[in-house]
Amino acid sequence: MEHSTSAVLHQDHNVGGGTKEIWKVTIILSVLTIVELGLGFWMMGMPDGGLRYSIKGAIIILMLAKAFYIVGYFMHLKHEIRNLIMTVVVPLLLFVWFIIAFLYEGNSYHNLKNEYDPYYKEKGTMQMEKKEHGEGEHKEEEKKPEPLH
Amino acid sequence: MSTTTATAPTKYWSGGKSPFNVEYGKLMMWYFLMSDAFTFGAFLISYGTTRFATTGWPDPNKVFQSFPGLGAGYPLLFVSLMTFILIISSVTMVLAVHAGHNMDKKGVVKYLIWTIIGGLAFLSCQAWEWTHLFHEGAWWGRNRFPNANGTISTTNFANFFFTITGFHGFHVFSGVIINVVMLIMTLMDKFEQRGHYLMIEKAGLYWHFVDLVWVFVFTCFYLI
Repeated sequence: MEHSTSAVLHQDHNVGGGTKEIWKVTIILSVLTIVELGLGFWMMGMPDGGLRYSIKGAIIILMLAKAFYIVGYFMHLKHEIRNLIMTVVVPLLLFVWFIIAFLYEGNSYHNLKNEYDPYYKEKGTMQMEKKEHGEGEHKEEEKKPEPLH
Repeated sequence: MSTTTATAPTKYWSGGKSPFNVEYGKLMMWYFLMSDAFTFGAFLISYGTTRFATTGWPDPNKVFQSFPGLGAGYPLLFVSLMTFILIISSVTMVLAVHAGHNMDKKGVVKYLIWTIIGGLAFLSCQAWEWTHLFHEGAWWGRNRFPNANGTISTTNFANFFFTITGFHGFHVFSGVIINVVMLIMTLMDKFEQRGHYLMIEKAGLYWHFVDLVWVFVFTCFYLI
């Protein structure tokens, strides 16, 4: 191990872009965050629909871009050798299956409940009562909103 | 990177040398962070699954809309502050690692102190936000915020929010502790004696990972 440590020390001195690169990445991350927030403000109060979903998609792409810059430059992975990059990144590909499978599952469960459970469907349309109308049975509802599932 | 592999393609696997060209501790830190990424990923994906399986969901802009001293009505403002605090503390951590490469003890100390301050500032923000939400009637198993369309919401929103931001906050807290230990070790000249500041790099990897997770938590809970 002692041997490999000294070998690494020699290697590390001629990789990476130094302070200039750090500031460049800082600016990129800040700009990406500001764009994300701008999209968030734009999306506010917008009804569900194609445009809103597109903005959400754009925010997710920006999020992945930020993740790339943090891992690649701040965590220095981009300047490591290919072997290390692959041993870290390839297992993370499991997330592709993980996300698709579980979101599909959640959506399917939602559809099944709405189709076969009339009680669940009815609960989904019940309005949360405001304090002014708080009398009798309504007050009970307001105090203890039951979980839907 | 490409030049090294081009001149001697099989060098790394012929023995006598780390095939990953990093020291043991740093490689293991990468593997630890990978497993931690799966933990956080599992949390966030279960949140996504539950959200997909639920009719209606609270509007984050109605829930997270307060700023200390200003009151309610400022959606996204406080979380932007938290995000920038964490990004800046990540930058000071890179600068600390960079100073360590150049064997610049004073630089390491300076930037580590700034990183610790950033971490503590983030934790204070989170403490304020949790307290505020608790007084607004949200906690594990309790949620007074209606869905975006005014219907009764589930408690899952609050459960996932407190569990995931809590788990992240715990990582920030341990990161601050690790950085304090690194600061003490630097001040005691431990790394000068060793002849390298590789320990700072490992602490740095952990700290950047905490920032990375926040990018995902921030997007999933506050923006989308």
